[in-house]
Amino acid sequence: MSKGKVKLIDNGLRHDGRKLDELRTIKMEVGILKSANGSALVEYGKTKVIAAVYGPREPQMKFMALPNRATIRCRYHMASFSTHERKSPAPTRREIELSKVIREALEPVILSELYPRTSIDIFIEVINADGGTRTASITAASLALADAGIPMKDLVASVAVGKVDGYLVLDIDEIEDMYGSADMPVAMAPALGRITLLQLNGVLTSEEFIQALNLAKAGIKQIYEIQKETLKRKYLTVKVED
Amino acid sequence: MSFTLFIQNREIVTPGQLLGEGKLTVATPVTIYSIDGKFFSAVVGLVNIENEKISVIPLEGYYYPKVGDVVIGVISSIGITSWEVDIRAPYPALLYASDFLNRPLNPGRDMISDYLNIGDVVLAKVEVVGRGRAPILTTKGKGFGKVSKGYLIEINPAKVPRVIGKKGSMLQLLIAECKCEITVTQNGRILVDNCPNKDLEEIVILAIRKIEREAHIPGLTDRVKEFIIKEKVRRGLLS
Amino acid sequence: MSFTPTTEYLVPKLKLETLLAILGRGVRLNGRRLDEYRPISIITDYIPNADGSALVKLGNTQVLVGIKLEVGTPYPDTPNDGNLIINAEFMPTASPIFEPGPPDENAIELARVIDRGIRESRAVDLSKLALIPGKRVWNLWVDIYVLDHDGNLIDASSMGVLAALSTTKVPKAEIKENNEVVIDKTVRTSQLSINKYVTTVTVAKIGEHLLVDPDLEEESLMDAKLIVSVTDDGLIAGLQKSGPGYFTEEELMKAISIGLNKGKELIDIIKGSVQASPQVV
Repeated sequence: MSKGKVKLIDNGLRHDGRKLDELRTIKMEVGILKSANGSALVEYGKTKVIAAVYGPREPQMKFMALPNRATIRCRYHMASFSTHERKSPAPTRREIELSKVIREALEPVILSELYPRTSIDIFIEVINADGGTRTASITAASLALADAGIPMKDLVASVAVGKVDGYLVLDIDEIEDMYGSADMPVAMAPALGRITLLQLNGVLTSEEFIQALNLAKAGIKQIYEIQKETLKRKYLTVKVED
Repeated sequence: MSFTLFIQNREIVTPGQLLGEGKLTVATPVTIYSIDGKFFSAVVGLVNIENEKISVIPLEGYYYPKVGDVVIGVISSIGITSWEVDIRAPYPALLYASDFLNRPLNPGRDMISDYLNIGDVVLAKVEVVGRGRAPILTTKGKGFGKVSKGYLIEINPAKVPRVIGKKGSMLQLLIAECKCEITVTQNGRILVDNCPNKDLEEIVILAIRKIEREAHIPGLTDRVKEFIIKEKVRRGLLS
Repeated sequence: MSFTPTTEYLVPKLKLETLLAILGRGVRLNGRRLDEYRPISIITDYIPNADGSALVKLGNTQVLVGIKLEVGTPYPDTPNDGNLIINAEFMPTASPIFEPGPPDENAIELARVIDRGIRESRAVDLSKLALIPGKRVWNLWVDIYVLDHDGNLIDASSMGVLAALSTTKVPKAEIKENNEVVIDKTVRTSQLSINKYVTTVTVAKIGEHLLVDPDLEEESLMDAKLIVSVTDDGLIAGLQKSGPGYFTEEELMKAISIGLNKGKELIDIIKGSVQASPQVV
């Protein structure tokens, strides 16, 4: 099958019934791992991602220590069973690149200068992949950092916009990514209006880019609200014992 | 004073949340940061506004030593002239043998593991904190030194202020109700000792756990008091 | 695992302050304007044993790109297309901070960003690279060797890749029985088919200033950069924010518009370099 043969948008609705500017069902939970200093589970539809944060702690390797700030370490990894065909657990070039851009999407908000010579470690496991794994990872990692009590300027929320059948659509899933002609993940620190991740895999005109960015911003705003609500819920749901 | 607040006292805030604007006095510089005269929370925490000072008390997190903090440490490693002490901070602290022994050390003759060995517990004070170096502890002073008995509880260091309470009110309540010696240290370790009986020791421990769990829910002191009374009644200590 | 770089050059604070002050007046420490590239030279057909090659000098940055065509098997989802494989090596010759070993995250990111720009804009007509449809196709190996690192490796590499691809000459391939293909590299039958020109334009952000083609000193001081892949028909064929800082929306729009403008200039330079190469008709 070649690109564009499959009709993914019919009557303004997408193959899963969503509107063009509609997110998948998004679920979040923090504090899901007892051993980690902070943790989160984030689901964008069928995409499921776990993030764990350890630290600030003594760096595993001495050469990583920085004299004036904490070192941020980040690993994005896909579980072997997360994809349709088994994925080898060895890191791929894609995972190496994503580990880097995810780290760089989080670095601008972490107040790393408070903790010189320590390491803040972010481990991300994609346990089910259905498109948008890097954006769900960033959303999850920023929740896990907040859950670990690491001071940060803002949360980072992330979503991808795609171009499918000539339409710009929010939060593309795997099928839309596969048959679509562009995929643009965006991450933002919404309170500060800072864009901390931007990638584009595909071709857009300048006008389309502006529209896509606005669509992403609208999605990010909704995801940010769910993040805040999730962090507060952990405390508000503790019941007063009689 | 000209400032505007965008939050209520005792509200739970999240990183990036705008707290206020203008000439605010910040009591907790690590958990509140400012950009262009605007103040934001850097953590998930509880807002506290007192005497025109704003603080955000984190609900999660590590212990970060400050000079003068009283801590309970666990010996984690033994050197020639010093011990490494786990104080629940990102880095182990150092305790020099000469400080602990209160005399010069003779490395040829003294085996410092004879005095403190791995796993031993010390009550100490933070004497030196440097940027990016191991904090240094001292055991000089009354009551400091090796701890050889009592029950040790670990709680989230972020919740320590709640166990102590406003002007020590919560701690005073616990001591008055249970008659135990309770040492609450800044790194979230609490030593409970010399209780009149096992039941009261258990009640103190359960009460402290309750405080940790419900730290952010208003009316905590009253609930803890009720809880202690109920437990006492249940155990036949009160009728 | 990605971690905050620990091998970055130590930057004297005074230097950053000086640089910010001078950038505020629209000039750079190296005397260039904010939107000015260093001198660019591209020599094609530099490696006789390669099927296509280019040596790019961007100021003191030097990158060598070599292309090899080999017979391979197609991917199941693209049975009638050749395979494009782009790889980058940061040679230990190029910088005191480069170590021998497999490509690190920076080399991988560089190769993948260039790959996406070429693939998504369909710059190379991969459908012309089938030998036996569904069974045998050309593997188009693109290897980027960074020889000397004085900043902005990606734009130098991306120009080199396009120049090398545009001058690649496809060898004679004879199809035998049992899906066997015999290659004769002494005979060249055609030029590699190029649909479009595409290149990256890198816009660095230092403080609140945006500038193109950062050199090593500027890279050590920058907050972040935006890599914009641009086609000769003025489309955005890829974006990548790289580096630990952030962009505001306004900065982003400005950076993209700079990218689209400068892209035209760079593509003209690539096209000029290609003209010197002998063509197989």
